Amino acid sequence: MMKPRHKRLVLIVAAVAVLGVAVMLVLNAFRSNLVFFYTPTQIVKGEAPKDHAFRIGGLVKAGSLRRKDIVAHFIVTDTVNETAVSYTGILPDLFKEGRGVVAEGKLENGQFTATEVLAKHDENYMPPEAKAAVDQAQRAAKTLQR
Amino acid sequence: MSNSVINWFKYASPSSFYPLAGRLIPYFSLAAVLLMALGLWLGLFVAPTDAQQSEGYRIIFVHVPASWMSMFIYCVMAFWSALGLAFNTRLSGMMTAALAPTGALFAFLSLWTGALWGKPMWGAWWVWDARLTSQLILFFLYLGFIALQSAIDDPRRADRAGALLALVGVVNVPIIYFSVQWWNTLHQGASVSLTKAPSMAHIMLLGMLIMALGFWAYTIAMALKRVRCIILERELTSEWIKRNALD
Amino acid sequence: MHWTSWQEFLTMRGYGLYVWGSFGACAAGMILEPLLLNQRWRSLQSRLPHEKDDV
Repeated sequence: MMKPRHKRLVLIVAAVAVLGVAVMLVLNAFRSNLVFFYTPTQIVKGEAPKDHAFRIGGLVKAGSLRRKDIVAHFIVTDTVNETAVSYTGILPDLFKEGRGVVAEGKLENGQFTATEVLAKHDENYMPPEAKAAVDQAQRAAKTLQR
Repeated sequence: MSNSVINWFKYASPSSFYPLAGRLIPYFSLAAVLLMALGLWLGLFVAPTDAQQSEGYRIIFVHVPASWMSMFIYCVMAFWSALGLAFNTRLSGMMTAALAPTGALFAFLSLWTGALWGKPMWGAWWVWDARLTSQLILFFLYLGFIALQSAIDDPRRADRAGALLALVGVVNVPIIYFSVQWWNTLHQGASVSLTKAPSMAHIMLLGMLIMALGFWAYTIAMALKRVRCIILERELTSEWIKRNALD
Repeated sequence: MHWTSWQEFLTMRGYGLYVWGSFGACAAGMILEPLLLNQRWRSLQSRLPHEKDDV
């Protein structure tokens, strides 16, 4: 059995360690991770890092996905600017054209080579029938606009 | 002094709060069991499948209530802490200490269920985006609070130190909540908020809200039970317990 | 009810591991906490100065 004083010492050290880790996480987050991803427009403006890997985020442009063997090519758009992305590996379940995506990798000559692709989904939850109805309504609205 | 003020302060003393808490526990326990059973039935059997995420979205029925509770409990702890520091009431420190373990549990469950949700949907168990990082910090704040309190032998001093930590740490809660608006995060925005209509099918929303109410009742039951333990532990020698023994 | 079989319910159309891993952890935590609290409560009761009359 430990003496109460020793036990207290151990607990204080543990508390300080836990708080230290928390502060370290905060500082780390503020340093680089608060900007989790850059949009294609930010890349065009030159705000994205040029010499090291970063993440790009946006929508997968409809009709842009091509697969050659296990290499996937697609275009990430923020509806203003676009960046071409290539990725070798398995895409997540929610990866689809027209949906959100975050890819980590490097930009070289306007071509983004991803080492990791994450799907970013929206905050809408609805059954498939409702989704079909919403999609149909949006298509109808678009045809009316034309 | 008016009568109402006296009545209000009556329950701020541990000796009169103790039996009150004891009477309330069965009701909140029952409410928790019934609400969670109803919420599980709605979430697992009645709610339709999701168009994007198929059946995987059902994690929402535990993930969102656990996350909400983890943030809310910390706010309540900060409230009791402020009260305790301002009025030097013994009960507020006990309530803060009684809430912390349940808050830590919910913060952990929020992270755990989030990881199990992120893996199939995003493609990663964990990412260091602002939402996930600030929620992890909340979990560490709970652990820090518990460790700090158990490191100090004198209960009144432990309460004051814990209260300071709770009050300083509470700035993290709005950071968690608004992180998805302030920064580019992988985590999506809020489906349910005060400023816009919920972007969820009604039956899904209903199941989630009922689960949240169940978690709420569970938290109150646990906090009351734990505050009774704390009162007994701290006042084991005091007069009123010797007089009344147990009930 | 929209499940066509128990099989489908248990596998959650491929998300069984994730869904049951989440619900299971919550159930475990929220059953363990009251059990531990009851234990703490009972051990406190046995330490109290017993006056048999009003239990």
